[in-house]
Amino acid sequence: MKSKRSINFILQEGGIGLILIFIVIIFALTAPRFATLLNFTNIMQQISINTAISVGMTFVILLGGIDLSVGSVLALATILAGKVLITENMSIPAAVVLSALAGIGVGMLCGLFNGFVSVRWKIPPFIVTLGMMNIARGAALQISNSRTIFGFPTSFNKFGTVNLFNVLPSIFLIALALVIIGHFILKYTVFGRMIYAIGNNEEAVRLSGHNTAIYKIAAFAFCGFTVGVAAIMYMLRLNIASPILGTGFDMNAIAATVIGGTSMSGGKGSMVGTFLGACIIGVLNNGLLLIGLGDNARQIVTGFIIIFAVVIDTYRVKFANRTE
Amino acid sequence: MNDINIIELKNITKRFPGVTALKQVNLEIIQGEVHILVGQNGAGKSSLVKLLTGIYHPDEGEIFFEGRPYEPRTTFDAFQNGIRVVHQEFNLLPYLSVAENIFFEKLPSHGGLVNYNKLYKDTESALAKVGLNISPKTRVETLGVAQMQLVEIAKAIHNESKVLIMDEPTATLTPKEISRLFEIISDLKSKGVTIIYISHHLQEIYEIGDRVTVLRNGEWVTTRPLKELMIPDLVKLMVGKEIENEYPFDDTVKVGEKIFSVENLRYRGNKHNISFTVRAGEILGISGLVGSGRTETMRAIFGADQREDGKIFLHNKEITIQSPKDAVKNGISLLTEDRKTQGVILSMNIAVNQTITALEKISKNGLLQNNTELRESEKLVRDIGIVCPSINQLVRNLSGGNQQKVVLAKWLFRDAEILIFDEPTRGIDVGARYEIYLLLWKLAALGKGIIVVSSDLDELIGICHRILVFSDGKITGEVNREEFDQERILSFAYAEYIHQNAQDLNHEIKTLN
Repeated sequence: MKSKRSINFILQEGGIGLILIFIVIIFALTAPRFATLLNFTNIMQQISINTAISVGMTFVILLGGIDLSVGSVLALATILAGKVLITENMSIPAAVVLSALAGIGVGMLCGLFNGFVSVRWKIPPFIVTLGMMNIARGAALQISNSRTIFGFPTSFNKFGTVNLFNVLPSIFLIALALVIIGHFILKYTVFGRMIYAIGNNEEAVRLSGHNTAIYKIAAFAFCGFTVGVAAIMYMLRLNIASPILGTGFDMNAIAATVIGGTSMSGGKGSMVGTFLGACIIGVLNNGLLLIGLGDNARQIVTGFIIIFAVVIDTYRVKFANRTE
Repeated sequence: MNDINIIELKNITKRFPGVTALKQVNLEIIQGEVHILVGQNGAGKSSLVKLLTGIYHPDEGEIFFEGRPYEPRTTFDAFQNGIRVVHQEFNLLPYLSVAENIFFEKLPSHGGLVNYNKLYKDTESALAKVGLNISPKTRVETLGVAQMQLVEIAKAIHNESKVLIMDEPTATLTPKEISRLFEIISDLKSKGVTIIYISHHLQEIYEIGDRVTVLRNGEWVTTRPLKELMIPDLVKLMVGKEIENEYPFDDTVKVGEKIFSVENLRYRGNKHNISFTVRAGEILGISGLVGSGRTETMRAIFGADQREDGKIFLHNKEITIQSPKDAVKNGISLLTEDRKTQGVILSMNIAVNQTITALEKISKNGLLQNNTELRESEKLVRDIGIVCPSINQLVRNLSGGNQQKVVLAKWLFRDAEILIFDEPTRGIDVGARYEIYLLLWKLAALGKGIIVVSSDLDELIGICHRILVFSDGKITGEVNREEFDQERILSFAYAEYIHQNAQDLNHEIKTLN
């Protein structure tokens, strides 16, 4: 039994980890300046936001859902948080706290809306979140008069550029905290157990005496929460709030989740896998840039890698089923 | 009638894991006859149809069609040979028009373009044949069930076919539509089409049938001209006489006071109200044909489906049940009829499946207590005798019997007062069945109220204190153990379907009450 479990581990999180290590080695050998501490700090900074969003996305996808609105909701959250942050006549600590609450709060509200509407009227999350994608984007543009907000307090800016031990960026630590929280919830709480169970067979769970709607709505709200946090991270890193931020973030988060081994039909996957998935995307982007590929070529290669990872995954599932 | 056999089955055997659906069946269908197929649920009628239409393939034996060996690989093969089926469940495409559905296999076309004028004209004549007065352009999803059935029939008969198989075609039709269908059948017969007709409605088969074949437990019992057998004869043949002693009955278990009752419950779509009671330590059987409202009633009690009316009492106190959550909270559990889609979570392990009904027992403040779960789950596996390498085994990889034991375990873990079991032993081998019966008795001995819904009458007669019989959404009979009698119970089950005998039966029911 032990050996089977370890085989499964290698096939799942471990397998993705091996792919990541493989890619890192290839780039270390081929790309100039790839294997430097400074560059690793860079990569960590680059993947932080996608990692944070992917944590929430994993919850939603584990339930067999999807959230296409994360990019737009992130933009809306930065606008509201940004407006609060530059309010005059408020002490800086109070402004920062309120701003964070505003950003996270609006993210959660949007998530609640997504979850509630899709559960209450049995509308596929794809459709509801597609609608929310437009609603949040429109609201962000409207509220900001289509203008970028800047001029945040200097101490706020500073925190965003701090690196712990000169290596670990502050926003990466926030993302890491979200990964750990997400992992803990999925593995060790009743809520996490229900997410997997509902993702596998919602009807059986309902007939076991559970209100599955609550858990589904909560998962969307949690996704909104991580998007809200990601919005604050974005402001820390770029020192702006903008209504046009976040396009393509949805697809990046979905890609990280799926590369990480989470099944689009729900019920299977892990937070560690998602984190590794986000790392793979980040390392690829960074490494391909360093070996001199342009934006367009990088996009093509990344696209192929996503497909390749999922193809590999189908074999993994087949093999894992055989060893059980 | 000439005596050419259009279809011959020779020593046909079809096995499924744990069950033999057909055992050494020999059958001859004469060209141009209306051949009736009867038998209880699970007797093998549907399997036989699926063999003829290429959905199943026999494990042993041969089929001959028009004297030649016949081995259809797909339904299309069968169709090419001129064998068509009107299915019990519909095979229509809901978002296409009636016309497109009827002519789906052969749309009239010209150079790759559909000739809609011809399509609609042909459809009109096809619909006229079955007496259905709707536009050919109507989308199928907007039709009622009876109309869909007629479209299905129109689809089957517009094509030239040699053999037409009808599986319960009248289940949803009104008397007028049924007599129209019978006209169609005699019309087809006069044109030389052979018809195999499957029905639970024993009365109607006399209007059209030439010969009848009775199947029981996958075995051929008899094939005779219908004239020679009356309804009671048929029932006796369908049920069989020998009763094996494979059912434990524990008469040391004392049946106590009434603990549970249902009053005037009406599930959605039913016109009748249903009332009954369950006593402590009692095993109450629910019999009736598939579709007679047994499962619907249980699901409505459990809150799995909405109910339109009715009250539920536990220990003489009314309880409100609007969802399975309410039911479980009040101490009522339901082992659902469909194990794989509603009972277990196939791709999760035994422990997760067993504890899902009472997560509060294995968690503190929302945090799972892995050690507690491990201990509880291993105890359940031991108590119930689930054969598995460990509780981490995925339920997918267990046998049907062990999967069912996992479902039993999850309800035992919940400590319910009233346990409803819908087809608890379906598709399960004899050994595992016996263990499941013993578990039911263990629960009864603890003073729980037990309801067992089953299509297997032998099973109910073997293990129940009392049996309620459902027929067409109504309880038509209640029989106590000392009066158990297969034929009597079966006649209650058919009561609402056999209008001819309705008076006698009513009399019988009255004397019972």
